[in-house]
Order: sequence, then C-alpha cells, then structure tokens
Amino acid sequence: MSEDDQGGGTRRAPGPLLLGVRHHGPGSARAVRAALDAARPRTVLLEGPPEADALIALAAEEDMRPPVALLAHVVDEPGRSAFWPLAEFSPEWVAIRWALEHGVPARFIDLPATHTLARGREEEEAEEEQADKGENEKEGDEKEEDEKEAVRIDPLGVLAETAGYDDPERWWEDVVEHRGTRAGDAFAPFEALGEAMAALREVYGTGGHDRDLVREAHMRLQVRAAQREYADDVAVVCGAWHVPALRQRTTVAADRALLKGLPKVKADMTWVPWTHRRLSRFSGYGAGIDSPGWYGHLFSVPDRPIERWMTKVAGLLRDEDHPVSSAHVIEAVRLADTLAAMRGRPLPGLTETTDAVRAVMCEGSDVPLSLVHDRLVVGDVLGEVPEAAPAVPLQRDLARIQRKLRLKPEASERELELDLRKETDGGRSRLLHRLRLLGVAWGEPVASRGSTGTFRETWRLRWEPELAVRVAEAGVWGTTVLAAATAKAESDAVGASSLADVTGLAERCLLAELPDALPVVMRILADRAALDADVGHLAQALPALVRALRYGDVRGTGTRALAEVAAGLAERVFVGLPPACAALDAEAAEEMRGHVDAVHGAVGLLAEDGEHGKDGTDGADGGDGEGGKGSSRAGIRGRWHTVLGTLGGRDTVAGVVRGRAVRLLLDDGALEQEEAARFMGLVLSPGTAPGDAAAWIEGFVGGGSGGGMLLVHDERLLALVDSWLTGVPADAFTDVLPLLRRTFSAYEPGVRRTLGELVRRGPGPGGGLAATAAGTGAPGFASGLDTERADAVLPVLRLLLGLDDDGRTENDLVEVSR
Amino acid sequence: MSVSVDPNHHQSEGVPAPSAPSVPDRGEELRPHAEDAFAAELAALAAQDDRPRPARWRMSPWAVATYLLGGTLPDGTVITPKYVGPRRIVEVAVTTLATDRALLLLGVPGTAKTWVSEHLAAAVSGDSTLLVQGTAGTPEEAIRYGWNYAQLLAHGPSRDALVPSPVMRAMAEGMTARVEELTRIPADVQDTLITILSEKTLPIPELGSEVQAVRGFNLIATANDRDRGVNDLSSALRRRFNTVVLPLPESAEAEVEIVSRRVDQIGRSLDLPAVPEGIDEIRRVVTVFRELRDGVTADGRTKLKSPSGTLSTAEAISVVTNGLALAAHFGDGVLRAGDVAAGILGAVVRDPAADRVIWQEYLEAVVRERDGWKDFYRACREVSA
Repeated sequence: MSEDDQGGGTRRAPGPLLLGVRHHGPGSARAVRAALDAARPRTVLLEGPPEADALIALAAEEDMRPPVALLAHVVDEPGRSAFWPLAEFSPEWVAIRWALEHGVPARFIDLPATHTLARGREEEEAEEEQADKGENEKEGDEKEEDEKEAVRIDPLGVLAETAGYDDPERWWEDVVEHRGTRAGDAFAPFEALGEAMAALREVYGTGGHDRDLVREAHMRLQVRAAQREYADDVAVVCGAWHVPALRQRTTVAADRALLKGLPKVKADMTWVPWTHRRLSRFSGYGAGIDSPGWYGHLFSVPDRPIERWMTKVAGLLRDEDHPVSSAHVIEAVRLADTLAAMRGRPLPGLTETTDAVRAVMCEGSDVPLSLVHDRLVVGDVLGEVPEAAPAVPLQRDLARIQRKLRLKPEASERELELDLRKETDGGRSRLLHRLRLLGVAWGEPVASRGSTGTFRETWRLRWEPELAVRVAEAGVWGTTVLAAATAKAESDAVGASSLADVTGLAERCLLAELPDALPVVMRILADRAALDADVGHLAQALPALVRALRYGDVRGTGTRALAEVAAGLAERVFVGLPPACAALDAEAAEEMRGHVDAVHGAVGLLAEDGEHGKDGTDGADGGDGEGGKGSSRAGIRGRWHTVLGTLGGRDTVAGVVRGRAVRLLLDDGALEQEEAARFMGLVLSPGTAPGDAAAWIEGFVGGGSGGGMLLVHDERLLALVDSWLTGVPADAFTDVLPLLRRTFSAYEPGVRRTLGELVRRGPGPGGGLAATAAGTGAPGFASGLDTERADAVLPVLRLLLGLDDDGRTENDLVEVSR
Repeated sequence: MSVSVDPNHHQSEGVPAPSAPSVPDRGEELRPHAEDAFAAELAALAAQDDRPRPARWRMSPWAVATYLLGGTLPDGTVITPKYVGPRRIVEVAVTTLATDRALLLLGVPGTAKTWVSEHLAAAVSGDSTLLVQGTAGTPEEAIRYGWNYAQLLAHGPSRDALVPSPVMRAMAEGMTARVEELTRIPADVQDTLITILSEKTLPIPELGSEVQAVRGFNLIATANDRDRGVNDLSSALRRRFNTVVLPLPESAEAEVEIVSRRVDQIGRSLDLPAVPEGIDEIRRVVTVFRELRDGVTADGRTKLKSPSGTLSTAEAISVVTNGLALAAHFGDGVLRAGDVAAGILGAVVRDPAADRVIWQEYLEAVVRERDGWKDFYRACREVSA
C-alpha cells in the first residue's frame, strides 16, 4: 500500500479497489458487478478461506447451481466444520463468476480454515482469556462492551440506528439496495460505505474481537502479495466492516507478528448444496438473512421489482385457488407505493409489500400470507454441486464408522444377526437405523429367526452403488451420521402429516438412539395429539408410544419426555373417549372396542411403569381422579377405571363397547361381581333390544378376547351368562339365538366342548366360587388344585422372573400369565 | 345535524359545507363525538402539519397516524394515543384512505373497530357523523337516498324532495363516510356500494341525474370477523376494499389492564359495591381466555384445541363483571374462583358437544397440574359436572 489516499482527477482512488459489501446483499452484488465491469481488475480477492482456491474453478461448471456453501471441516472430526454459504445474489458469488467469465484469477484471502477450525476447538478457553485481559481494552464498562459486541456483529445496525431506522435491513435497502447503479458512478456507494465504516471503527475499534485483527492482518498480507503481482489492478470483495482495516497502513512485519503461532488443524474443503431456508442460519459469513427469496427476486429482475413481485405473489395465490385478479395486483402496488411514501422511503421494501399484500390480496388474513412468506419470501430453492466436488464429510464419517464397526459395504446381499447386548452389534444396529432415517437403505430389518427377544435384531444388508449418491444428498443434513440423522428426524417430525407418523418416528429415534432429536419429536407429538380431535387416532398412537417407552427402557435410553407425552396422550384419550363411543354403527363400534382394548393394555403398562418409577414416594395414589395430586402416572389406572365405568354405564354407548368396558373392569378387580351381574341384568332385561343385548355379551365374553377360556376357568362368569340365558323368555330366545351363536361359535372347538359339558353338568354345588372346595372340577382336571405340586413350581418361576418376594409377586404372575 | 345537499354542490366543487354541529350545550352529551372531544389535539396537529395533504383532508396522512397512535408535536402539544396496537395497522389504514380504495376493518367484537373508524373519520374529514349502522333491516335508502314524501306529493320529484343518505352527503362534500357492521346488511343492499366505490357515482334515475363523488370522498366499513357467514361480502364488493384486521391485545398484561379498567368503569356505572383485590382472579380469567383463544398455553409449551366461541376481551370483561356481581350480592365480597367459573364455562362452551370436550381437556391437561389453581380447578369441575 504505497499511496492509498484519494487522487485528484482519477476515476477511482489509487490502490486496490476495495469493495465493502453486505454478505448476501443483492444490491451489493449488483454494485460489485458494476464496479468490476468498470474497473476491469486483473485479479479478484475474496473474503473466505484460501483452502477453497482450488475449488473456485468448479463454480464455472454447468451443474453448479447456487445456493451452495463452502464447507471446511477437520479431517478426522467431520463434526467440527464451518460453512460459507453463497447464494446467487451474494456479492462473493457474483465476483467469482465475473472472474471466471473474464479469465481473471480469483483467490480467497481470509484466515485459512485450518486456523479458524483450530480456534473453534479452543473457543471456550479463548473466550475466557479474552474476558480476563480486560485491561487491554482500556475501559471495562460492561455497557460499552455490549455496544461493541453489537457493532461487531451488526455494524450496519448501528449505522441504521444513527440514521433513525429501527430495522437495519430497511436502512440498507433504502440507502444501497434500492439505489439503482448509475453508469459512471459504480464506485461511489463503496466509497461512501467505506467512509461510514471508518467512522464506526474509529469509535468502536475492533468491536472487542481481537480475532478480526488477525484475520485482517492476513487479508492485508494477501492483498500486498497480489499488488506485487498486479500492481493496483486488484479488486477486493469483503465485508464492509473490514474495509477500513484493509486501507490501514501497517508494516508487513507487524502483520506477520500477529499471525505467528496460530493453532492449526488439518482441514478439508468442499462445496455442498445449500438451501434458501438454511441461508438464514448463522454461518462463516456472520448472521444469516430472513428473506433470501425476496433478495433473489431483487437481484434477478431487470426492472420494476415491486410490480414483478406482486405479479409473482398473485400467481402463487392463484395456484392455490385463492382468487386474485389483475386489479388486485394494481391496487397492491399502489398501496405499497403510498405506504412507502408515507413512511418516507424512496421505494417500497419488503415490509410495505407484505403489508399491501395482506390488506389487498389476502383480505387481512395471515394464512395466505404465511404461504407467500414460505414459498416466495424464503423460497424453496435447492442448490446443486457438480460431481467433481470433493467428498462430503458425511461420507468420510460413514467410512470411518464402517471401519470401526467392521461392517463393510458389499454389493451382495447377506443377513446379519445382531445381539444388541454386545457393544459392536449395538453400534451396528444404531448405524443401520440412522442410515435408514437418512434414506440410505443399506440394511433392511427382517423378522428375527427363532428368538423373539428385544435384544436381537436381524438385518438384510446390500450396498447398492446409488447409495453413495444418497449419502452425498444426505450431506445437507449434517457432517456426521449422528448429526445428520438427528437433523433429518427433526425435520421429518415437523413435516409429518399424521399422528401415527410422529409416533413411528419417535420409535425410530429410540432405535437409532438420537437423544437430541427426541425432544423435538416429542414436542411435535404432544402438539399433534393436542390438536387431533379423533380419539381413534390418539388411541392408535398410544400403544405404539408405550411400546417405545418400554423398548427405550430395555436399551437404557432416557425416556422421561416420552413418558410424559404418553401420560398426556392417555389423559386426552380419557376425556375424549366417552363422547366418541356414542351413536356408533356396528362396524365403528367394533373398531372402537379395539381401541378400548389397546388403550387398556397401554394403560396397564404405563401405570406399571409409573409405579415402578415412583416406588416409595406415592405409588399408592391409585384411586380417584379428583385428587389432582402431582403423580399423574400412578393414578392413571384409577382414572382409566373411571372412564371404563362411564362407558359401561352409559346407555348411548354401543353395546359391544359397554360389555367390553364392564369386562375389563371385572378383570382388573375394579368391579364387584354383583355389580357386573347388575350391569348384565340391566342390559339383558326385556327393555333392551335383543340385538344390543347380544352385542353386549359379545363385548363381554367375545371371541377375540379369550372369553371362552375365561368362561371355562371362571365358573363365576359362566354362571352369570348361564343364568341369564336360562332366564331369557322363550319368544325372545329365537331373536337372540343367531347373535349368541356368532359369539360362541368363534370359540375354539375344545373350548366349546368343555363349555358344553360344563353347562350340561350344571353349576356345581354351591355355585362357581365354591367349586374348588366342593371338589367338582372341570372334566379332564382334578377336582381341586394339588397345592403341593403347584408350590414346587414357584421357586423356578421366581427365578425366571427375577422377582423378590416383596408381596407383589402374585400380581406380576397374573400379569405374565396373560 | 341536518344539512341537506345543495343540488348544485357537486358541480361547484367549492369549499366543503361548514359542518357546524348543532351541539346543544358543551359537556352535556353522554358521549361527545371524537372530533369534539379531541378538538384541541386535531387543531394543533392541523396547524403544525406541513406535509402534503390529499384533497379535502384536514391534515396529512402522517398527522392522522400520529393522531391515532399518539406522540408529541414540535411545540410540545401531547397527542394522546387513541389506539394501542401495532403501528403497521394504523399506517396501512390511513394509507388506504389516501388512495381511493375503501377501508374494511375486520376483527372479533371488542377490538376497537368502531373506535378506530370514528377517529379516522374525525381526523381525515373532521366529521365522524356520516354513519350508516348496518343491521339485518338496513334498507337501500340508508345507503343511497330516500324521499320526503310530503314534498314528493306536493311538488313532484325534485332535489328538494330527496333525503340524502350519509354516504351521499359524503360523496357530495368529499368527506369520509362510515358503515358499521357491513356484513349484517343484506347482500343486495350491500351491493349498492359497488357502484359507489368503483364508479364513485350515485345515480338518481328518478331525476335523471347523479351525484358524483368529489375528491376526498372515501368509506370506512367495519365488520365482525366471526360473522362472515351472516351476509358474506360478494367478491365484487370485497375487491373494492383493502382489509385491515384489528388484532386482540398482544400481551397478557395489556389485556389484564384493559379488562380491569373496563370492569372498574362498568362496576361504577352499575353501582356495584367496590370489590377489592380481584386482580388475581382477573388475571386468571384473562389467562384462560388467551390460552384457549390462542390454542397454546401461556408458557408456549402445550398446544390446546380452541373452542368455537370468540373469547374476546369484551367477553372476559363480562365474565368478570358477572363474577363481581355474584361476589358482591351473594358471596363474601371478594372475587373468588367460584364466582367466575360459571361465567367462563358459559363463554367457552358454546357448542355443547365439541366445546365441552375441549374445555374438559383443558381442565384436566392444564388447569389440574398448575400450581395455585386448585381452587379454580375444583370450582370449574363443580359447574362442569
């Protein structure tokens, strides 16, 4: 930098052409192109990691389409990475393209990624250090520090605030983006901006970030090197914030000193496809942008941006069957213009445009407006990267894991048996599950042979060549298999269309062990459950969820969130079930009965978990639902019983569901035998339609529910049914006969015969309950239990079930026998 | 006010008729018009306003926005805020009036639609009385013109026999007309507005003439969001309006403030005994209303179904007022959970089947678990059972 002050009559100042830009600013991009066209430099220098120099040529390839990002990652640790996203309207991208089109060499001049990534490793320590050497910064006033931080992160925000704008985006739009570049004045905006930044940096220094000094020293050295080669025909495209620093006069020795002894790691670079949506993320170029679609529009249209934008919006709304006429477009443009005038802006910006679209085209509603925001303001643009780009880190990570797990990709199909209790096999299972989530169908789970234990998995493996492409595509989700699968699961959860999809996803998250994705999935699951008005859906989702809960327990995964959601889901089912069971036709009633059964099973497991989990604290809080005590899970069985009681006692509920509810209560011992008999008597009294009565019987002892065996072994129940049957008046008997036949003919032949024999013999002396004492057992059985022989089995059973003799044994045995 | 239309007025394009309001005695009115109540502020704004004004506007659009949103003028005059809400909404509304599009203010009951429309008209035209109240029985005459039948019989059809509607007067004088509850007006009557808004002309076939709107004429309509089904606007008419939706209060604190202030006023006007320390209960009512309305709990962690009712701030006010009356006359003079529970149930459960499930879900999933809400839960269970 020999003489860098403004010369008199030249068209631009001598020295390198410093083009300070706003990253992702379409106006900046346009201005950069104009400035480059006007200056025709012999080399273009860009803010970005120099390791990417070799990749610049790829930008000229046919199938390279922005948005794309430069990705730098540590060679052995793909999880540590940094991105420099470039959109079509990014000034850096424009400069690259300009250089390639004009055959001018382009180079990145920022601090190499090998240092920045190494720094990332020591970020925390460094941060602390910085806080420690507060004296260096002259004054340590906290408020001032905050202000400095703000100006470093968002220098334009401070400028905008000074200019009286509450929103820096709007200020930038007004001052730079909306200023159509006039011929011959291509450098003016950059000079003005550079001066403004110089003023800012005079006040704020480095904004409290010493790292910038290092980066800028490196940039200066690079610019000098370029100047030695090309004299002043050098253009530098960098963030506006750095312009004053590059203009600064320093000695080479001082800059070198700053760069000495920086930590280093081995870093790799490549291009990866990017999306508009991800442009809004914080990245190597600082804060992201909220409206990439709008910026893309501003950049790509030749003229009349507002009119064209409104036409686009109208087209989108029309495609969605929202009637929008040309008159609407005209009025929207007028309103946007007038609003801009009223707000004192030269041209309408996104705010005015959005206000106008809402008032004119969307009838004040935010619903179609959110569509506009999603599809146009942000936009669903997906970038593409040529085949020649180096491998993405996800591929390396996968290769590394494959080596570690000794699981080679082979084109031939083979089966793999995994014992999840072994560490390697557990890792293999997780990898395969994660890949499946990412759409890389390397392995497919098949039913295990022989064993049904939850610790065993069987996979059919086959590596097809196109899976490599899938892995490359999955690269957008993250740099490691774990991170990518987590991000994919989260995104899937957000996009899932039905409640069952989300529950399935939760199960898969547990299988793939993605603890970070689980909270998101659970939140969405809870939201979906809250808004789903169909109890059937909820009842279907509950068993899967409870299953996942148990499975998670087997694998030792944290399932607290899952348990909470399951409990919440159960509560919703409880509230919604009684109204949903009214006024059903036969088919729907049968389906609902299935739901009741499913929920009953789930509640059993859930309540058990609750009791185990809360042993000693308040496990006994079983009974009333009114109590409102904190332990919602322990009392869940009690509340379910209340619901079943409601179902059983309500006349409008379909017979089959009512019968089932009474039966379940009876099974759980929550209903006295007499009470059950009373219910049955009520239902089977002459006032009830025979069809309804038979449906009740079907629900009570119906085929699928093991009712036949129950009747065989529980003479108490058989007596109930038998006494009703004998009490049915002769003329009504012919009416119910076909329905009863349907119920009982579903029993297995053995059960039917035994039942018949039991009935023929009539109730034993003293009735069912006295049967054991009186010694009249079923045919084929001894008259009573041989207690001595039965006792002999107990120790083995205890051993098998791993039970202590803690008084619960009996219950658990019953549970197991079902 | 009984200013009849000068037959030649629309041709002369002269100064708008001085609308000297025939106010009886200052300060005696139960509720003075906006332009009278805030005459000083309007005058100060108009005097210091140096920005360009659209034809026949009393002040610039910018000043109108300031009048509604409040602020301090260069000479120190303080303009009180008339509307507390997003600035964007007021700006869009004022800008719409400055173009020749009509303005439709939408919102659930109790979102200050009428209030905003009155003040807009007062600021823009200095007269908020050119008002058509929409009802199911609003005739065409209320929007176009009627006849003075004595005159008609005595002298035949003439401009003197014609009784102009507020809209017609506004057209002739270049003022702002207001139509309240537009969607309650029968569809065929609504459609008479189409010619007025698109052609800016009101034909009088009986006289073979017409009234042409002069510059400065515009129309503000209000409509209830939830009433869309009553007499939905035809798309032809809808196209003539820019729509601005007035939102419900943004923060819970703002809403609690509005509710307690209004409850206090109503309580005094109904001579209810003063009930102290009800603010916690009010906060609870507002919380319940907001959560059910927004479909998400206040902490943003649990989603909820929304019932079919509006659950507007106005309803919260009436629930609390009712509760106060209960507490004062039948309770111990302190507003308690039991006093508001029945009112809340009535406001939430409008559809006995669907809303009841939603309400019970809310009770079981949210209220039961919440610290310090046990009494409320019990009271609600009692009235819901």
